[in-house]
Amino acid sequence: MQRMDRTALAARVARDIPEGAYVNLGIGAPTMVANFLPRDKDVFLQSENGLLGMGPAPAEADIDWELINAGKQPVTILAGGAYFHHGDSFAMMRGGHIDICVLGAFQVSVHGDLANWHTGAPDAIPAVGGAMDLAIGARQVFVMMDLLTKTGDSKLVNRCTYPLTGLACVSRVYTDVGVFSVGPEGARVIEMVDGLTLDELRKMTGVELEMA
Amino acid sequence: MINKIVDTMSEAVAGLHDGASIMISGFGDAGAPAELIEAVIAHGATDLTIISNNAGSGETGIAALIKANRVRKVICSFPRQAASHHFDTRYRAGEIELELVPQGNLAARIEAAGAGLGAIFTPTGYGTLLAEGKETREIDGRNYVLEYPIHADFALVKARAADRWGNLVYRKVARNFGPIMAMAARTTIVQVAEVVDLGALDPEVIVTPGIFVNRVVRTSAAANA
Repeated sequence: MQRMDRTALAARVARDIPEGAYVNLGIGAPTMVANFLPRDKDVFLQSENGLLGMGPAPAEADIDWELINAGKQPVTILAGGAYFHHGDSFAMMRGGHIDICVLGAFQVSVHGDLANWHTGAPDAIPAVGGAMDLAIGARQVFVMMDLLTKTGDSKLVNRCTYPLTGLACVSRVYTDVGVFSVGPEGARVIEMVDGLTLDELRKMTGVELEMA
Repeated sequence: MINKIVDTMSEAVAGLHDGASIMISGFGDAGAPAELIEAVIAHGATDLTIISNNAGSGETGIAALIKANRVRKVICSFPRQAASHHFDTRYRAGEIELELVPQGNLAARIEAAGAGLGAIFTPTGYGTLLAEGKETREIDGRNYVLEYPIHADFALVKARAADRWGNLVYRKVARNFGPIMAMAARTTIVQVAEVVDLGALDPEVIVTPGIFVNRVVRTSAAANA
């Protein structure tokens, strides 16, 4: 079977983002989705720290530490971009104005519950940032993750065992071996990588799966 | 004549008291009022409650305040960072209290304080650890958590420019929590790079009207004072 690497996965997610969408890309791998959005189409990237119309990383000489993204990396602003304060930024999420957000996850349940902020380990210092606001606020939440953990456990689960970020908020899960829809009806397989069968996918995840 | 501009950093933070609650603008270093925080350290007030997005990183700003053992409690959304070792150490030692708040709820609770609201119902956090024990309500088929405003004795804010009435404009994403914190604190203290004449700021683009600002100090001038 031909697993997708992070780059291919980012390109796959980008294909499902239509022109005109207001999009928030989470910290880490989801940030890479921006590299695959078609340049001849207008997609509006929002950054939680007060920026719409976010552009790519600047050249070294143009770095401005008062123009950064949520991951605190230097970015640029496109012509037509805007700055705003934190109240407005999170009103954009909570108020349903963000069409799509793309997030990483520790676990997603077949009903769309998301766990991505805290491992629950007793010695971990918890930090949540904007994850909970994005999870329940964006009209569609796409998760981008490897299907299995390093130890081979499925991250697509019947019930999340990690602390939840939001209930019934995820609509799609993009993984290295396939794309799933999740929601009230359970999980459905939208597509699989070549060389993988539905039965093998059922075995890997241990959850009930049908083709979409 | 009303002139909110003060000449020195120590005048800017005058009246700070032990046990004070202080909002501090900034998202990471962008918009963090580093010079005002230095002034708080020099002032000596302790047992402080800090309300900010982060809990400091490296050796400056909120991290320096924590290192100097002035902070009793932090209310923030994202304490853990690459170089948040001063917070991490004190938190693990049980020497600092943490109230972890989702970032949008932090903003909304600060806005609620500034706007005089008694509480808000927010969908963020419903069904999670961070809403445990809190009152909830279903409104029009959606579940909400009751959250209370966050008030503060002081707000320390960084802006780009101000006039003597305290009208403010900001710079790029350094704006972040500045405008809403300025509204929520009893005394709002602002550091700016530039002080301009009344009328020089276009009324159409003033972000924080002076009614929300008590004192302004110019960083470059204060550095020499």
